Amino acid sequence: MEIGGLLLYLMALVTMGGIYAVMALGLNLNWGMTGLFNVGIAGFFAVGAYTSALLTTPPMLARSGADVGGLGLPIPLGWIVAPLLAAAVAWVVGRICLRLRSDYLAIATIGIAEILRLVALNEQKLTGGPFGIKSIPRPFETMDRPWGEIALMALVALLVFATYLFMERARNSPWGRVMRAIRDNETAAGAMGKDVEAFRLQAFVIGSAFMGLGGALTAHYLKVLTPEASEPLYATFLVWVMLIVGGSGNNKGAVLGAVLIWLLWTASELVTGALPTEWGVRIAYVKMFLVGLLLVVVLQVFPQGLLPERPPKLAGEAAPR
Amino acid sequence: MISVEHVSMSFGGIRAVQDCSLSVAKGSITGLIGPNGAGKSTLFNCIAGLYRPTAGRILLDGNDITGKKPHELFHLGVARTFQVAHEFSNMPVIENLMLVPAGQSGESLLSACLAWGRVREEEAKLRKRAEEVVDFLRLGAVRYERAGNLSGGQKKLLELGRVMMADPKVVLLDEVGAGVNRTLLAELASDIERLNRDRGYTFFVIEHDMDLIARLCDPVIVMAAGRVLTQGRMADIRKDDRVVEAYFGGGARSEAA
Repeated sequence: MEIGGLLLYLMALVTMGGIYAVMALGLNLNWGMTGLFNVGIAGFFAVGAYTSALLTTPPMLARSGADVGGLGLPIPLGWIVAPLLAAAVAWVVGRICLRLRSDYLAIATIGIAEILRLVALNEQKLTGGPFGIKSIPRPFETMDRPWGEIALMALVALLVFATYLFMERARNSPWGRVMRAIRDNETAAGAMGKDVEAFRLQAFVIGSAFMGLGGALTAHYLKVLTPEASEPLYATFLVWVMLIVGGSGNNKGAVLGAVLIWLLWTASELVTGALPTEWGVRIAYVKMFLVGLLLVVVLQVFPQGLLPERPPKLAGEAAPR
Repeated sequence: MISVEHVSMSFGGIRAVQDCSLSVAKGSITGLIGPNGAGKSTLFNCIAGLYRPTAGRILLDGNDITGKKPHELFHLGVARTFQVAHEFSNMPVIENLMLVPAGQSGESLLSACLAWGRVREEEAKLRKRAEEVVDFLRLGAVRYERAGNLSGGQKKLLELGRVMMADPKVVLLDEVGAGVNRTLLAELASDIERLNRDRGYTFFVIEHDMDLIARLCDPVIVMAAGRVLTQGRMADIRKDDRVVEAYFGGGARSEAA
């Protein structure tokens, strides 16, 4: 491969890996910190992706098979509204489902994600149905190659960094301490005066907002959005593997896991590309199998992920001994 | 301080607590004993807000607190410990303690983001309070240890430590002696006495260890088969035939207690 091509590949890797990192950080707030078994990442991803795509895609040429165009609004507006709408959906879902015990919450979220995906598939007038939305604007796309790619990569990296800082602040604050307490022992947290339901709802809504942001970023990066993008395989499964491999409860681990797993996911094309063509339709499953295998192997060696959770640094002076 | 008035609690067809009335006087260490299945824990959980009684009401300082949730009761001055220690297992001991106090501004994510300086100041103060509790309970050696790694006895001390951080009016102790060795139990008992005397906490104690009850509690309330059987000083209760019968069945005598 040429150097130029390799660099473009690396930039694509960092950009998409960074987008996944935002979502993995959101999941870390849900699961790693608060212990909410959210298996509906794809649903919040879809809400964010379609919201931003519909707001920003130019009218008319937006969709095949549909008769309404997008609104043609500026991209930053899409990126602001998308997580807000994902948060609003999460709020409604959370009000209903968060009282459920963890395994029931998992079933409820997975079901809601499927419903949203089927809505995207069937509401042709709104979403373009199976053909999806095309010509979604990508930031910096008018710039020459490779400057547009570089600028977008830098922007995504900046967003990852900002998300990371926010999540670290959340984790190190008394707010995060309450979340970790709820994760460790809900009953005791309640007995210590913490309004468990209200706190869990906050964690769920905020984490889901970042999944919605991830959806919006993906839509603009790929320029095309079809219901396939919100298949649980790509959105939910991969993000979970990223967090578990990287280290649940550790924000650095979430970012590391996202980039690493995305690297392996794309690199696995080298394996799947060598397979005979009859394997065509099975390739996605081969990749999934490989990632699953990797998860098992990593957890054997690093049961808590590559970067295990560490307690935050305490305020105040060292203890008098 | 706490009055329980005609409280009943049923689970399906099982009437675990039937028309129980009792009161816990301010400043007392009141004991609650009875054989297994007497309904002690159920009554306790009604007071602590985990169950809503099917009948009757519960008053705290004359105010009706029936059916209030545990986190609401906490803010009214009711703290509790658990029979099986409910530590926050992945958090260090010191954080287990710092979590407890109410009114931390950093528990709002907005303040944590915008007023970090103030949050850190509060945290430093909390840290100091938590360190004092750690020292009081002789947990200094494990202050940074993950609470899940503590021994059974240390976890019970930590439970008491969280109560101290809450600075409550009344403490519900659920079998604080279960699974604790004699030496530590004696220390635990003197900690409870000190907290009662120096800080004025009222204690309401479920306990199976009769020596601990005899040492700490006055009065002692006896429950059997979902009802309050009798109450009084431990010395008198030991002599009560009805209590002996409840524990040992008909025919048993004298050697009880």
